[in-house]
Amino acid sequence: MGYAINLKCRGCSREIEIGPYNVCDYCFGPLEVVYDYDAMRPGMSREAIINGPRTMWRYKDLLPVDADKVIDISAGYTPLVKADNLGKKLGLEQLYIKNDSVNPTFSFKDRVVSVAVTKAVEFGFDTVACASTGNLAGSVAAHAARAGMKAYVFIPEDLERGKVVGASIYGPTVVAVRGTYDDVNRLCSELSDSYNWAFVNTNMRPFYAEGSKTLGYEVAEQLGWQAPDHAVVPGASGALFTKIWKGLHEFLDLGLIGAFNTKMHLMQAAGCSPIINAYNAGSAFIKPVKPDTIAKSLAIGNPADGSYALRTISDSFGSGYAVPEEEVVKGISLLAEAEGIFTETAGGVVISGLKHLAETGVIKPDEVTVAYITGNGLKTQEAVEALVNPMTIDPTIESFRQVIGNI
Amino acid sequence: MASARVRLTFPENLIKEPLIYTLGRDFNLVTNIRQANVDEHVGWVSLELEGEQLEIQNGLEWISNKGVRADLVSGDVVDG
Repeated sequence: MGYAINLKCRGCSREIEIGPYNVCDYCFGPLEVVYDYDAMRPGMSREAIINGPRTMWRYKDLLPVDADKVIDISAGYTPLVKADNLGKKLGLEQLYIKNDSVNPTFSFKDRVVSVAVTKAVEFGFDTVACASTGNLAGSVAAHAARAGMKAYVFIPEDLERGKVVGASIYGPTVVAVRGTYDDVNRLCSELSDSYNWAFVNTNMRPFYAEGSKTLGYEVAEQLGWQAPDHAVVPGASGALFTKIWKGLHEFLDLGLIGAFNTKMHLMQAAGCSPIINAYNAGSAFIKPVKPDTIAKSLAIGNPADGSYALRTISDSFGSGYAVPEEEVVKGISLLAEAEGIFTETAGGVVISGLKHLAETGVIKPDEVTVAYITGNGLKTQEAVEALVNPMTIDPTIESFRQVIGNI
Repeated sequence: MASARVRLTFPENLIKEPLIYTLGRDFNLVTNIRQANVDEHVGWVSLELEGEQLEIQNGLEWISNKGVRADLVSGDVVDG
């Protein structure tokens, strides 16, 4: 048995029994998992974690599952890379890249979906579903295949071919929806009310979101059981950002790390930055926007955890920044050319945002900084198409020399 | 009877308008406010609507055309 005991409303603090619900019936606030930390504490130690599996499930006691058998495609325990080359370019001596683009379906979504699908099996669902612009679709389809469950994946009709392939290969039912972003949203909300499915980011959302905490735990463990001075994180719904913060605090409360002063920095693309708009306006009010950004994996106009992300910025004395759209591809190139890591557009947002923080002196050169890279560049190749310009030659040395010059 | 949970966001120029009252009256909907935050510049209201499905759709279309943004109360369903 696990240590999750209830669901609690983040708005009115009412608690209800654990079940497939995501919204408080009283105030419509979002629900969050409550744990019995006192019961968890005696069995929790650095050694116990170190001796666990080399996946995100090494932190199983801190995840809301009861089953012995989890739905695991080996998500997590991804590399934390000391980024000396990029650090030199940005004037940062202690820069690390948390490279979550090497997860089994090439994004951090494997962490959240692994928890959601495990929980869906516990609840007795036989079908999982999601609405996605890419990363989530592939991860849900892969985990459903592993679990032997049916999967329905709803995507916008104009989704890039590579992402459609990346989900279809696992054998789900893929449904391309005609219409605007708002139309797809509305339909999927109605579907989640109409069918008895585990919709990973609606009725399974409280459990799904908890998987992101492992990105906080892992970084702390990989830094030698300490939290960084700065965490630079991409922002879509805001859940990843708040859960990394929660993960660090759970480690502190359990005595696994010491006191920390991590500043949390949220990065959004300017074409979809409802959380940063509120941050810049000094408002607690998140005004929804219509997404218009090349960073499709961050294109959430009405972020469910937006107000909580704002609170995390404030609680951690961090910051937020809307990266200009034209800087997104530059960020992708910068990381690829400096560190050999090819990230998708969300990673471009993070790296350009990191550059802004370094240039404006928010991050000091000797401070330990972790930039979270959450998805693989192979998923958004069309975004960097303009950078691809191979030289064509005849199969002769002369032709090569003609093009390349004397070297 | 059907129901819907929506979050309405009012721009500054519409804050003084009795739009929720009109929504209930003209579309025969029961409106039940669960959470709200309104000041002189901007406001949002989390609202449960009960009535005929078609009237809910028509009512939300009407209030959207007035300039109020209607979103899912739980945030966007579509994810990255």
